[in-house]
Amino acid sequence: MAKGIVTPSRLFAACRIVFMPFEPVILFFLLGALAGLIRSDLRIPAVLYESLSIFLLLAIGLKGGVELARYPVSELVFAAACVVLAGALIPLIAYPVLAYLGKLPRADAASIAAHYGSVSVVTFAVGSTYLIGQGEVAEGYLTVFLVLLEFPALMIGIWLARRGEGGGENGRGWGKVLHEVFAGKSIVLLLGGLAIGWVAGSEGLKPLDKLFFDLFKGMLAIFLLEMGLVAASRIGDLRRAGWFLAGFAIVMPLVSAALGITTGLLLGLSVGGTTLLATLYASASYIAAPAAMRIAVPEANPGLSIGAALGITFPFNLLVGIPAYHWLATTLHGVFA
Amino acid sequence: MNRPLQTRKLLTIVCEAALEKRLEKELPQFGAHGYTISDARGSGAHGRRDAAWPASANIRVEVLCDEAVAEAVVRHLETKYFTSYQLVVFLSDVQVLRAEKF
Repeated sequence: MAKGIVTPSRLFAACRIVFMPFEPVILFFLLGALAGLIRSDLRIPAVLYESLSIFLLLAIGLKGGVELARYPVSELVFAAACVVLAGALIPLIAYPVLAYLGKLPRADAASIAAHYGSVSVVTFAVGSTYLIGQGEVAEGYLTVFLVLLEFPALMIGIWLARRGEGGGENGRGWGKVLHEVFAGKSIVLLLGGLAIGWVAGSEGLKPLDKLFFDLFKGMLAIFLLEMGLVAASRIGDLRRAGWFLAGFAIVMPLVSAALGITTGLLLGLSVGGTTLLATLYASASYIAAPAAMRIAVPEANPGLSIGAALGITFPFNLLVGIPAYHWLATTLHGVFA
Repeated sequence: MNRPLQTRKLLTIVCEAALEKRLEKELPQFGAHGYTISDARGSGAHGRRDAAWPASANIRVEVLCDEAVAEAVVRHLETKYFTSYQLVVFLSDVQVLRAEKF
């Protein structure tokens, strides 16, 4: 038995080799997904989920704010405008593909386009963590882009869904949606953290470093455990969604990432910054977008958009996307810079 | 000393948490004097819903009110939310003390 080709120790060694290249935080995601698939009774309490998301948003904001203080604001305005404009292309590319190629109803196509145009804070956090692990430095102001990229796509998505409609009917005015997005906790905490970090600077924040920066990865790990559980619970939605949407959920991030890498190169970002921008573009929102779309485009089926964004695109970016974007950014930087 | 028990309607709405803010705003407009909202878990036509993750969270809204208010709220929910949102609404008769509160 011990002489067989597949011995337990070889099997364990092989497993270790397969999973070793991954960021440890990603293994927590896989653990959560596995627990969900085997129907474990593991559950992250809602209050912990809330607490962790508040922590992560604040920490990301603070970190960005500290970095932001090092750059002149004037330098940022042009770059930010380019990043937002290029990012606005994503929902405009996604919508016709979904509506005409995928033959999805208008509301669904618009809602999914909005999810893919908007960004995922957690994917961004994993991307940053991955880059640190690779010894790659990214421009600190990418956090500003994270904030700026969250809402334009949502607006575009709502506009796409409501084109030619009487407007205003059913009390779904723009005011409510704008309030939902701007007063939503993710924008409040990210912007608030940015402002506090920017005002306090790295010296001023020293006493908070241990909580917000040293513990960041651990908190992210627990959050990803929960995301794994949730992602596994969306598998049923995906089965209903069909092959077209599953394919879209993998091809779309690649297209968006290519756009991100191009934009990053044109703006002269570092390899790290280009990778993170590609990651932002490639990511699909599954927290802010579902909340906004549920209010603004209620006729869209949330199972489709969340299933694709969280069930496929999020794991795809974590496991394959981020390292691939990094590789591509490095290669192209070598060619063009 | 003992006050009499009187009959009122208990209106129960089980719906997705996305509607919470709107219902909080609309219920008083229909004359409800108060309401109770709690997180809810369960299963139904839309699969298992749990209270843990915001996008798949459900809430249960309970309103004690007189029949006219209950009827008005139910009709409103029917026209405004039944097509696009997931909700279950039911009415029952309950005995309350201090009926003037509701």
